[in-house]
Amino acid sequence: MSTDTDEGLFGDIDLGWEHTKNKLFLGLIFAASMFGVVMLALLLLDVAHTFYVGLTEFNISLVQFFTVDGSRRPELAGFRGAIIASVMLMLFTAILAFFIGLGTAVYLEEYAPDTRITRLLEANLANLAGVPSIVYGLLALAALVNGIGTGPILIAGSVALALLVMPIIIVSSQEALRAVPDSVRNGSYATGATKWQTIKEVVLPAAMPGILTGTILALARAIGETAPLLMVGALFTNRMPFGPLDRFSGMPTQIYGWAAEPSQHFIHLAGVGIVVLLSILLTMNGVAIYLRNKYETEV
Amino acid sequence: MTSADDSGTADPVGSTESVVDTSSGLSDRATTRSDTIVEAKGVDVFYGEDQALQDISMEIPEKQVTAMIGPSGCGKSTFLRCINRMNDQIDVCRVDGEIEFRGKNIYDDDVDPVVLRRRIGMVFQQPNPFPKSIYDNVAYGLKIQGKTEDMDQKVENALKGAALWDEVKDKLHTSGLDLSGGQQQRLCIARAIAVDPQVILMDEPASALDPIATAQIEDLIEELSRDFTVVIVTHNMQQAARISDKTAVFLTGGELVEFDDTNRIFENPQSQRVEDYITGKFG
Repeated sequence: MSTDTDEGLFGDIDLGWEHTKNKLFLGLIFAASMFGVVMLALLLLDVAHTFYVGLTEFNISLVQFFTVDGSRRPELAGFRGAIIASVMLMLFTAILAFFIGLGTAVYLEEYAPDTRITRLLEANLANLAGVPSIVYGLLALAALVNGIGTGPILIAGSVALALLVMPIIIVSSQEALRAVPDSVRNGSYATGATKWQTIKEVVLPAAMPGILTGTILALARAIGETAPLLMVGALFTNRMPFGPLDRFSGMPTQIYGWAAEPSQHFIHLAGVGIVVLLSILLTMNGVAIYLRNKYETEV
Repeated sequence: MTSADDSGTADPVGSTESVVDTSSGLSDRATTRSDTIVEAKGVDVFYGEDQALQDISMEIPEKQVTAMIGPSGCGKSTFLRCINRMNDQIDVCRVDGEIEFRGKNIYDDDVDPVVLRRRIGMVFQQPNPFPKSIYDNVAYGLKIQGKTEDMDQKVENALKGAALWDEVKDKLHTSGLDLSGGQQQRLCIARAIAVDPQVILMDEPASALDPIATAQIEDLIEELSRDFTVVIVTHNMQQAARISDKTAVFLTGGELVEFDDTNRIFENPQSQRVEDYITGKFG
């Protein structure tokens, strides 16, 4: 373009078409990256609309929504039981998945020799991360609910979710451990520390923000999972669970149940439930991002 | 680590008394000033198939500064890392021959490398403070060794010994990573001397630092040699000439070509190859 002006020096090369291609490509990839954003915005808009209609036309009271359990009569139904159930699910999932996942990551990163067996283990973990969530639900159904005969209780759902998120926790913890520089490990060994002292006192504290970030993101994924809970049988329960052995219905299954009802009132209850679920999800992601930003400058 | 702790008083590496009881240990050493503390006997080191060091024999005198110089890849850092068995961390590394620490071969089966490293500390090329506070960095070795009594005093002494106390005494609980490069390296030296080792190995401790910080480290090394045996690897021949009592010249191929008093190495080297290296004809 500007090449036409200085004929003698630069005029012999015309990059006009190349520059146009650059701009075309830029436009394409920008559109591609905006696609997701626009879709998310549309989704949020739709949910917000349902939420608004639910509050105004169906007179859904937020106070009642948070203080009353589910009910077969829409005007008496609330979300408390489902919220409590999901919080308890997360708690037990976190306990089950975190320690086993972190232990596995520490073993694989710090101890495991580079042998064929180790590589087989890591390949298996990658495969586990790709297993559809409903399969984990099926496993918990076969092993716990029907196998041991526990029935559709909360801990069975936690086991299914823990199996689901464990590979994610392992992989993100491995990455966090790998990010701790070897020079720091050597500093510890040279001070006369044993391997476990080095891991416990230096490596784990340095890697902990990354590990926690990965764990929170994994739990945020688990809290929205519906299929494994459906498989375990967490449906048609309206009461609030009081312990891990109670029957339950988590937030996603409660929303699923409501959305399947013919009554418009239930549909809008589901809309309000989705807003609550999304808020909790976004909060968890926000905490994860905050943790990552706060600590990423250190080490 | 308990196995070597239990191995009896005849084993100088395993015995804890000499380090816990600082005063008697120091007076012992003061009377035998130029005794050999570390002696290598025919050390060969292999990385897989490659031989990194060939038949190294040398006697490192106690409470002096011994410098090891030589071109890149000559094996001087490898040898340094053999003295506190840091090479154990490398799977493919194999060490033949003997390295004696106060007469005990540190590669014997009954020597625990963890206990050995509590006697022989190390400072690395890149400052590597832990992502902890300054205080916790220095206290780290004491803490893991269970020597928690008088912690504040020991931390202060170590920081003073590393000529860092005045700069950090008001911010002991801020992160060690917030210090400058030279301060970080002195923090690492404080961390190493806090546990009162007998030997301090330094692997090019000033090569990542600016000239002023380098001068501070060099002054510090001369100070340290009053209480500790210092073995330092350096690229910098002037540095070796300035601070060391003994100098070992390693040349390409992993040979120890000459080892003598620093003055004699620099003024009257016996070997033509060493003279060529020192006068800058190669390397």
